[in-house]
Amino acid sequence: MRPPSRGKVTIARGPPGARPPAHARRHAALRLGLPRSGGDNARFPQGPPAMTEKTVLNATHRALGARMVDFGGWDMPINYGSQIEEHHAVRRDAGMFDVSHMTVVDLHGPRTREFLRHLLANSVDKLKAAGKALYSCMLDEQGGVIDDLIVYFFDEAHFRLVVNAATRAKDLAWIERQAAPFGVEVKERPDFAMIAVQGPNARARVIGLLHEADRPRIEKLGRFAAAAAQGPHGMPLFVARTGYTGEDGFEIVVPNEHAVALWEALAAAGVAPCGLGARDTLRLEAGMNLYGQDMDESVSPWEAGLGWTIALDEGRDFIGRRALEAQRAAGVPRVMVGLVLDEKGVLRHGQKVLTANGEGEVLSGSFAPTLGKAVAFARIPAGEPGQVRVDIRGREVPVRVVKYPFVRDGKPCEGI
Amino acid sequence: MSEIPGDLKFLKSHEWARVEDDGIVRVGISDHAQGQLGDLVYVELPEVGAAVQAGHGVAVVESVKAASDIYSPVSGEVVEVNEALADKPEIINEDAFGEGWIFAVRISDRGELDELLDADAYAELIENEDH
Repeated sequence: MRPPSRGKVTIARGPPGARPPAHARRHAALRLGLPRSGGDNARFPQGPPAMTEKTVLNATHRALGARMVDFGGWDMPINYGSQIEEHHAVRRDAGMFDVSHMTVVDLHGPRTREFLRHLLANSVDKLKAAGKALYSCMLDEQGGVIDDLIVYFFDEAHFRLVVNAATRAKDLAWIERQAAPFGVEVKERPDFAMIAVQGPNARARVIGLLHEADRPRIEKLGRFAAAAAQGPHGMPLFVARTGYTGEDGFEIVVPNEHAVALWEALAAAGVAPCGLGARDTLRLEAGMNLYGQDMDESVSPWEAGLGWTIALDEGRDFIGRRALEAQRAAGVPRVMVGLVLDEKGVLRHGQKVLTANGEGEVLSGSFAPTLGKAVAFARIPAGEPGQVRVDIRGREVPVRVVKYPFVRDGKPCEGI
Repeated sequence: MSEIPGDLKFLKSHEWARVEDDGIVRVGISDHAQGQLGDLVYVELPEVGAAVQAGHGVAVVESVKAASDIYSPVSGEVVEVNEALADKPEIINEDAFGEGWIFAVRISDRGELDELLDADAYAELIENEDH
């Protein structure tokens, strides 16, 4: 058994963030298509980490029989048996993911908001009430995407960023460099673990574990808002109504020493442990980008379907703004679209897309368990694409170009 | 992980071969391989009647994670394919060494069987792969 040799096909697409560079993918593919070496480390000057890092839940995953993979330098569960069953658990009931590998960064200082106006392409001035959250890109001067992140507003002297695991080192270096002139303190928080609880019944399961006095308040928490609450045994939690699956739910920041107890309480409440494999198919169906696969420094947000996150508010000089405006004025050469394959087969990262205006490329692509067929994001030349085909191992297969998301609230979207 | 049946022979690339009566060799992938691939979602089967060569790609299995060529352990003619996999590729996940067989070949050179690993050698191979 070997990865197919006919045509050019990319095999070892790992879970979120775990896209090895092309040469590593080739090597990884020779080992049964397993993402043996995760992360985008080869792109970073400091090279791959010397040792695989472990979250505080590592032993818990292993005790549950999880299949573990190296993911951006972290030893993480890809599934606990069946990725497809875990996917359905989140769409139909409630599932939980260990996302402690993600990087939590606290920003302190009286000029923090002013700093974030400069650092982020979305406008931090949308954050008015304490606890509100915002999704944004962090761009370089050329308008390329350094990372995507969520920023939380605590108070004028304290904001929190949650950034990707695989981009941790370059993100921290960039943020620290940009923060210095503003006198903003950049403090990584490795003392926190994170558990995402997602699905139609996720909020109810979490709320049932909270201190009674906190329940009504967390019950009323709006989307993209967060608040502190007391969990089992009085543990201090930071509960955010955010996620990466297209379902309702919470992402919970918990001090490391309480993470195992929280995980076990959630499991006892009927929340299914889910691996990063299911997280990847869930977010793809939900139309959410994955850094490193759908965008990176070589791509502007206009070309990555992220124009909605760009705030060109009057007089705000954020990093990359000039390049973005210039690109828009000149005409954006490439666009990101959704693809659906109605025939049998699987769309995968790296496959060639043929359009009336030239070639494009499949970015994230996978079998979509909710739909029972393959879907993908692709970047193709701008303009009416005509009849679009994807080269699957030397065969040109017709696909439909669609608007994504593909799935919302457990159901296929119209036209998918 | 299930036991490796002692009557099977293996390629290093994780295909198994079961020699049946009248020179028919049934082929599938090992339980170890299906576990590594994860949930299978699509199997591309060969045509009955196709001539195949030992060590060449004959079928493709795709899991949520990856696509993999399936090599034939022996040369000969494809005499049967497992049509059930077209609708239920997950049979391979459920019973890799039995109901999850993929195709059967009428062997043209029995000598090729001597080139394959026996169950013990294969067990040792995957043991080492895990480290």
